[in-house]
Amino acid sequence: MRFLNALSAVFVGDAQADRVVPPTGYTARLTLFAAAAMAFLTVFALALSLATGRLAQRWGNELAQSSTLRISAPSEQLDAQTDAALAVLESTPGVASARALSADEQRALLSPWFGPDLPIDSLPIPQLIEIKETEQGYDTVGLRHRLQAEVPGAVLDDHTRWRRPLEKAAGRLRFLGWVSIGLIGAATAAMITLAANAALSANAQVIAVLRLIGAQDGYIAQAFVRRFTLRSLTGAALGTAIGMLAIFLLPAAQDEAGFLTGLGFSGASWALPLVIPPLAAVVAYLATGAAARRTLGELA
Amino acid sequence: MIELNNIAYSYGGGELLSDVSLKIAPGSFHFLTGPSGSGKTTFLKLCYGALVPTSGHVELFGRDVREMSRDDHALTRRQIGVVHQDCQFLDHLPVRENVSLPLMVSGRENLEQVSNLKELLSWVGLGNRAGALPPELSGGERQRAALARAVIMSPDVVLADEPTGNVDWDMSQRLLQLLVELNKMGKTILIATHDMNLIRAAKGHVQARVLRISNRKLQLAGADL
Repeated sequence: MRFLNALSAVFVGDAQADRVVPPTGYTARLTLFAAAAMAFLTVFALALSLATGRLAQRWGNELAQSSTLRISAPSEQLDAQTDAALAVLESTPGVASARALSADEQRALLSPWFGPDLPIDSLPIPQLIEIKETEQGYDTVGLRHRLQAEVPGAVLDDHTRWRRPLEKAAGRLRFLGWVSIGLIGAATAAMITLAANAALSANAQVIAVLRLIGAQDGYIAQAFVRRFTLRSLTGAALGTAIGMLAIFLLPAAQDEAGFLTGLGFSGASWALPLVIPPLAAVVAYLATGAAARRTLGELA
Repeated sequence: MIELNNIAYSYGGGELLSDVSLKIAPGSFHFLTGPSGSGKTTFLKLCYGALVPTSGHVELFGRDVREMSRDDHALTRRQIGVVHQDCQFLDHLPVRENVSLPLMVSGRENLEQVSNLKELLSWVGLGNRAGALPPELSGGERQRAALARAVIMSPDVVLADEPTGNVDWDMSQRLLQLLVELNKMGKTILIATHDMNLIRAAKGHVQARVLRISNRKLQLAGADL
């Protein structure tokens, strides 16, 4: 509560007290630029983190709701085993639908590797059966046992071995996104601290005069804290606005381009970057406050 | 009010002041003399807590300076107006704001005080220079502005370090007159100066004690004025 009151005092301010510290050109520009650049990067890190989260969820959902049955058998037994497998699947609880892929569909799946003119009829290619699951899903172990008994050439792939590493990779990317945001915050605090230290050192004479006339440390610190907090807020607001515009202007999500075009915000998540400027202001408030207390102690 | 008991102060390995004791009573007027480098400025700084003695005790308004926090020192300085030799202004603020800085930092700036500010600036003869920046002022104007800033909070004590150091004789008389007027209002005054003519000029206008720093010691310089 005390922190919030102090922070609100920064925004309400004391216009006359602000004038006590002379405007310092390069620290003002440095703080504005650093805050803007960091906010811009934070917008992208946030977009990356959200996009990887969405991607992990999509991959998980898509792969979790489907599985594939592969039937490898001599060509004269292939149709019979396919029919037997379909019969097993139709009677399996948790299987919403099952269908054998047509020759054209199998050719399409293989064309990226073998080209469009693949003579699929002359090759010993296994028959694939696409299985769609219900919400509850089926008993994988039970189905495998039944297939082993009734369709010896069938191999069930429930996508677990694909899904887990993909989800893990997406989770790591999302974690890296948040780590990046944390590092950006820390770097912002470091830069603002350096700028505040420079401003405090440059104004040692001002501080001496203020002490001579009875100014308490809180008053002196507040003059610097308010200035740096407002500069950071302004810079971060600019950087966030530019970052959001850049994200908005990215190409729309397309299946062909996959993850790259999916980098962005959707729906309510567009509101998330708006948190960046106030957070930058809080970081600046804390960093400048600490720098001011330290410098005023050293100048005593 | 201000009490120094057997204080010593060392700087850079050498002792500047040794075994100095003084009790400054309310409403008194003191001159502090001594050659350049004898420790007059150091003595004044000890008197308002800007320096802490290496040994001995300094009490300001009954409190030992060693036991005071930085904020306590700040509050004490609102009761002690200081006129520095080099005045020390914020060069980017006009005279009016420099003079009213003590009010600003103590949160006592109000309409009544602003009205007092105008009177105060007129009293020190800067009524028409209120909007000027400190670098635009002459030496005498700077000293008068510094005096106005030192007294705007109506402090109990005014300490002045060579207040007439950079001004001509007429202006030093004017400044002395202002300090004498303050003393007649009940303020305690301590002026550090090497200008013996200024001290002689005060004779007949004020009852003052003349102190001298010599060989690191504080002595009474002849008879009181």
